[in-house]
Amino acid sequence: MSTTDKTPEKVDTVSVTIDGIQVDVPKDTLVIRAAEQIGVQIPRFCDHPLLKPAGACRQCLVDVPDAGNGRGFPKPQASCTLPVAEGMVVNTQATSEVADKAQQGVMEFLLINHPLDCPVCDKGGECPLQNQAMSNGRGESRFVSSGTGGTKRTFPKPINLSPQVLLDRERCIVCQRCTRFAAEVPGDPFIALVERGAQQQIGIAENAPFLSYFAGNTIQICPVGALTSESYRFRSRPFDLVSTPSVAEHDACGASIRVDHRRGRVMRRLSGDDPAVNEEWITDKDRFAFTYATADDRLRYPQVRDAETGDLRPASWPEAFAVAARGLAAARDAGGVGVLPGGRLTAEDAYAYGKLARVALGTNDVDFRARPLSVEEADFLAAHVVGTGVDGSGGVTYADLETAQTVVLAGLEPEDEAGTIFLRLRKASLQHGTRVLALAPFTSRGLRKVGATLVPTAPGQEAASLAALVEQAAHGVDKNAIVLLGERLATSPGALSAAADLAARTGARLAWVPRRAGDRGALDAGCLPGLLPGGRPVSDPAARVDAATTWGVDSLPDAPGRDADAIVAAAAAGDLAGLVVGGVDPDDTADPAAFRAALDAASFVVSLELRATDVTAVADVVLPVAPAVEKAGMYVTWDGRVRAFPEVLAVPGSLPDLRVLAGIAEELGAPLGFRSVDEVRAELGEMGPWDGDAPVMTPVAAPADAGAGDGLVLASWKQMLDDGAMQVGDKHLAATARPAVAKVAPAVAAAFGSTVTVTGDRGSLTVPLEVADDMVDGVVWLPGRSTGSGLLADVASPGSRVTISGGDD
Amino acid sequence: MADDSIRAPKPESQDGPKTFKEQFVDPVAGFGVTFRTMFRKVVTEQYPFDKQPTAPRFHGRHQLNRWPDGLEKCVGCELCAWACPADAIYVEGASNDDTPDADGNSQRFSPGERYGRVYQINYLRCILCGLCIEACPTRALTMTNEYELADDNRADLIYEKSDLLAPLLPGMEQPPHPMRLGEDEGDYYRNSYAAPAPSAAPAAATAEEGHDR
Repeated sequence: MSTTDKTPEKVDTVSVTIDGIQVDVPKDTLVIRAAEQIGVQIPRFCDHPLLKPAGACRQCLVDVPDAGNGRGFPKPQASCTLPVAEGMVVNTQATSEVADKAQQGVMEFLLINHPLDCPVCDKGGECPLQNQAMSNGRGESRFVSSGTGGTKRTFPKPINLSPQVLLDRERCIVCQRCTRFAAEVPGDPFIALVERGAQQQIGIAENAPFLSYFAGNTIQICPVGALTSESYRFRSRPFDLVSTPSVAEHDACGASIRVDHRRGRVMRRLSGDDPAVNEEWITDKDRFAFTYATADDRLRYPQVRDAETGDLRPASWPEAFAVAARGLAAARDAGGVGVLPGGRLTAEDAYAYGKLARVALGTNDVDFRARPLSVEEADFLAAHVVGTGVDGSGGVTYADLETAQTVVLAGLEPEDEAGTIFLRLRKASLQHGTRVLALAPFTSRGLRKVGATLVPTAPGQEAASLAALVEQAAHGVDKNAIVLLGERLATSPGALSAAADLAARTGARLAWVPRRAGDRGALDAGCLPGLLPGGRPVSDPAARVDAATTWGVDSLPDAPGRDADAIVAAAAAGDLAGLVVGGVDPDDTADPAAFRAALDAASFVVSLELRATDVTAVADVVLPVAPAVEKAGMYVTWDGRVRAFPEVLAVPGSLPDLRVLAGIAEELGAPLGFRSVDEVRAELGEMGPWDGDAPVMTPVAAPADAGAGDGLVLASWKQMLDDGAMQVGDKHLAATARPAVAKVAPAVAAAFGSTVTVTGDRGSLTVPLEVADDMVDGVVWLPGRSTGSGLLADVASPGSRVTISGGDD
Repeated sequence: MADDSIRAPKPESQDGPKTFKEQFVDPVAGFGVTFRTMFRKVVTEQYPFDKQPTAPRFHGRHQLNRWPDGLEKCVGCELCAWACPADAIYVEGASNDDTPDADGNSQRFSPGERYGRVYQINYLRCILCGLCIEACPTRALTMTNEYELADDNRADLIYEKSDLLAPLLPGMEQPPHPMRLGEDEGDYYRNSYAAPAPSAAPAAATAEEGHDR
């Protein structure tokens, strides 16, 4: 919205002459980019459009006979650090002998010590140094023809900058792209130049590896093969790879990626270039976590539970569809079927789950939220989130984050939970002076890097903190502010109501940021008990008729549906006879034990899963589904942006959820009306968004007694790299994860040694202790999924009371 | 020529009666080559009973060469696969590892960091043009004179690394094993290793291939 309805700003332009061609470019443009305007590519290594100019490699030398003031530079100038001036005359290597000779000379210097190991270098074939040595270098070097043969400087190779990033120092040309990236973009300056002269090299401090969630980007921007990744090293050459653009499936940011694959196997993933979303950066999780799709426990064929032995046995697809349909029909008649799609689905797959529930199973018991949730959250999503988007419907965009005066973070730790938002916030904070207010129990490393001002808030107190923001003029929460609400606010009663109230009173804009890629798409596709696709409220008869007309059915169920917690409770109590479970990990749900009990209690469970899990172990029918890489689809990002991606690998027999559900529905005698992704997209387009009234949210008051009780309040979120199911298979990536520690206030820490045991109502956990200087009193923080079966299963639900005691030491 | 109208269809009639040469010599003259060849040396080769050597630089089946200590020269760089106009070569690289495995054996197949873990040439596709040989940076890939590349099924015509590797000459040791001839790969590539390991003479042929780099 912001980009379309703003009047273009008046920009001052200056006129320069490059290679005899006059060109008008905005003021302060660098000569190297002005030259691109007329189609002249000046060779460069250190220059990167998203990093500050450095002038480190000197490869981009040009001749400047007139600097705009009538006098020229006596010697060639680096065009990547030279801003244009009115009347400037620049001659590049295309027209100037001087520039060409200077560039050839620099190239000769750069190659003095660069090894000739291109055949074994991962960059060989896609290497800017290789390419530009051919285009702008001399054929012969004068430094090797002497009698001694010109011995090159060598280093022992390679060394680890981090468990994932390897450095071949002899290949490095000291362009400093990596160090500048690390310092400027994610704010993790753990690598720096060390030594001098020919020994100058990239280094890390002793015992301080380059542990950044964004370290993989340095590998991609390295213009030589100095930085390589452990997981891709020697795996293939650029010319065997087939590249397919795609969208990252690990968070709700929808980062653009490029999947490079060879003979049906994904070899690596690189960042795509999408200025509106992730610019050119992705998180290491998006880059390296793709081996889950080829894990050993991947399900490859349907299985049904044998009536005699009670074990799962392989089955054909038609048999599995028939058995699933028979069981679901019986369960539907015996009490009902609950549908739990999970949050990792594409929007098309989520739509199929929603339609299956309404059309084939005759129920509104469908909820995508495979995590702690609340009724208040569902109301909030229906009233304020569903249907917003970037196409002029009022959604907050990445660009808005950059221009906002104030961004409030509530229940959201951007570095861990939404890496792309984190990078944008840091850019906004550093370049545009955006003030970031964080409602959090302590200033985490990520919050410090975005320059956030902490509004100390214990878990459960978010409602009060949000309400208080209105009063405090110093915080500047007004109509130019954006409030980012994390999915964790569902566990804080009243918080989302308070946020809606804050927005109504100040004009600040709200955006809801879930963790999982499929959450927002599932919301828009109608996977909530109270919502049909496109945000149609189930409670509105007109909306039901509208959806029923599109679906070609007489009527849709009007009984209020159960949310995920209620489905689990009903199944455990025997009220629901059947469950259809998608990608749900019991340990992610609000009460893992209750979820498992519900699975055991339900008489018929159908599981659609990628890999063997606790759900498939007890399911009556297990239907394997395709991972994101083997199907087309789309994710809807937190800002409502639709991110469609094509099928990368064509694998016969690897079916998306929607095809599997269509097969079951056909056996049930209630066909869904589609079998392919394209058909679902057409149907989604036909249905369109709801143009009637959105439901109004019933505000929930924060409980008055919040904050009272014994012990400490448990704060938690999931770290970006942890024990998640979609990060298995890459041990190098896992080694870069942050360790599991308990964080407490200094006063609390003083009473304990180096480890503590945190005990909640579900168990206890012993982890190292770390002091968080500004931790709110009475709060202990633990990572959500970095230990054992996760916090929810092993310790307690975030927001509840725990006790801590000394560890074993 | 009075009866022209009757004999006109016969062309030879226009030239009158045949001469002696036309009647008796010409029909036999066509056999001149035949008769002459009957007294020459036969060029027919009695293949496959009698196999003749090819020209010395004949493009035959490929061979993956070894260093004198038996380590493979191939570094798995795939330049051969890149050069191949018929897409007949498939290579996968992998890292050498000097750390001993469970049995205490080295995991090194070639000097340096990288080796060719998978190496396949599909002789149904290969046109034996030799561009791969020119592309090879380590002289690992050369061609032998072996030309008997026929079979009755596809699978047997896809030659694996084990089919292509040069035989172990005396003094060579089956990889994986540590580098015997130098401290690092530079010693191998620069030929700065001392005498080829245990027995010098038989390994000399292989060592020579390194010299012409």
